[in-house]
Amino acid sequence: MNLNPITMQRYEMNDNLSNPRIVVLNTRAANVHSVEKALRKVGAIPIVTSNSKELETADAAVLPGVGTSDAVMKALNTLGLSEPVKKFAKSGKPLLGVCVGLQVLFESSEEGKLPGLGLINGNVQLIPSGMTDKLGVAMKVPHIGWNQVMFNEQGTGNNPIFKGVPQGSHFYFVHSYRCVPEKSSEIAATTQYGVEVCAAIVRENIFGTQFHPEKSGDIGLQIYKNFIDIARTSEK
Amino acid sequence: MLTRRVIPCLDVDAGRVVKGVSFVNIRDAGDPAELARFYNEEGADELVFLDITASSDARNTMVDVVQKVSSEVFIPLTVGGGIRSVDDMRKMLEAGADKVSVNSAAVLDPKLIEACANEFGSQCVVVAMDVKRQFDTTNNNIEVSQKVSKNARWQLYTHGGRRPTTRDAIEWAEQVTELGAGELLVTSMDADGQKTGYDNDLLSTISGAVKIPVIASGGAGKVEHFFDALNEGKADAVLAASLFHFGELKVSEVKAYLSERGIPVRKV
Repeated sequence: MNLNPITMQRYEMNDNLSNPRIVVLNTRAANVHSVEKALRKVGAIPIVTSNSKELETADAAVLPGVGTSDAVMKALNTLGLSEPVKKFAKSGKPLLGVCVGLQVLFESSEEGKLPGLGLINGNVQLIPSGMTDKLGVAMKVPHIGWNQVMFNEQGTGNNPIFKGVPQGSHFYFVHSYRCVPEKSSEIAATTQYGVEVCAAIVRENIFGTQFHPEKSGDIGLQIYKNFIDIARTSEK
Repeated sequence: MLTRRVIPCLDVDAGRVVKGVSFVNIRDAGDPAELARFYNEEGADELVFLDITASSDARNTMVDVVQKVSSEVFIPLTVGGGIRSVDDMRKMLEAGADKVSVNSAAVLDPKLIEACANEFGSQCVVVAMDVKRQFDTTNNNIEVSQKVSKNARWQLYTHGGRRPTTRDAIEWAEQVTELGAGELLVTSMDADGQKTGYDNDLLSTISGAVKIPVIASGGAGKVEHFFDALNEGKADAVLAASLFHFGELKVSEVKAYLSERGIPVRKV
């Protein structure tokens, strides 16, 4: 992918480049405003909406997520967004799912009864509990806090969405379930929490992070910045 | 593996940070957003803003503070002080807080914890507790009727430590966990301000009794104390206020020390 050169200071946008239309899908079960603020911070003018028409004309979309997968799926179904999101993903435009917003891209989840969007083959499973870490402290589920993320640098972890993010960076997680794609090559990054936990997914134009980039400090903002750059490139 | 967190705590009165920060390149030491930016760059893993505003009129300014800080700094933000209802909590979360801490109001009505957890999820609900050793010879003026059971080693206080309750602190920790609290912020009133270390006995007792993360508060004076709270105290996170604000220790120094001693911390 041919990225625009980043010659400006951190987070500043080059005025000569067009501003892509980025839609943040409001499922009302999510921390949409944190995602909106993060996108703003890196120079985008995001549109927070539940309207499928807005999605159709977007250059890129973010599906945030806090809460349960059924809550997010129910919102998507009720708002008439499930089919438009699938259509959007199939159009080849960049789609970023965050946390539960990533989990609902799978076919199913142990957390809920409603089927997922099925854009990524595989399912979502409960993280096993009861293990202790090297300090002898019980590892609790939910997995909440900053954990180290290792990117699959030979494969999908080398995607431009992770540009400028050093190997082994820490990101902020809040979740109880982990994504298990059928194709392990779609796992772009992992973190360790008693078991290996999928931290990020890349499948062509579909991106997902289990962690919250909007709560992961400057390194998290870098991911949103990269996402905007990808949106800008694919817009042409 | 999951890192242990280092958390600066800032007191906010009528929208301004008080008690503080008389050091380094800060133009306006009372501006919450500016201080949040400073601590973010120092490597703070999370920030706690405590609203100490006494009047309810001025309390609404806290929403603006949270709104502004969360637009500038993108690390987890906990807000506490004067939270009395599900609506109070909603206001803070909508403004951009990631977690909200409840204290006195939860002691008066423990169902508040359950209601908040059901509405927003346990990960949003922090229960802050002010705790004092019972049988403290220096303070025997507690009303008999207010005393907790003789078996209790620690007594729970409310209203910023001004009011003793009849509750055993350890039982309270267990009870709020059952009700759906996602995290405990445990302040030892005995250790607070003494700079002689956290009450690690208290911390390890609570950490052993509950399955939710425990934030240690009160007593830090040097880097070793942070290590002890995590190691002996089995805390998941360490919080300090004036020690950081007055520049006696930097967040980055604490994290460097912990890292040297084998405690996993977030690299910045």
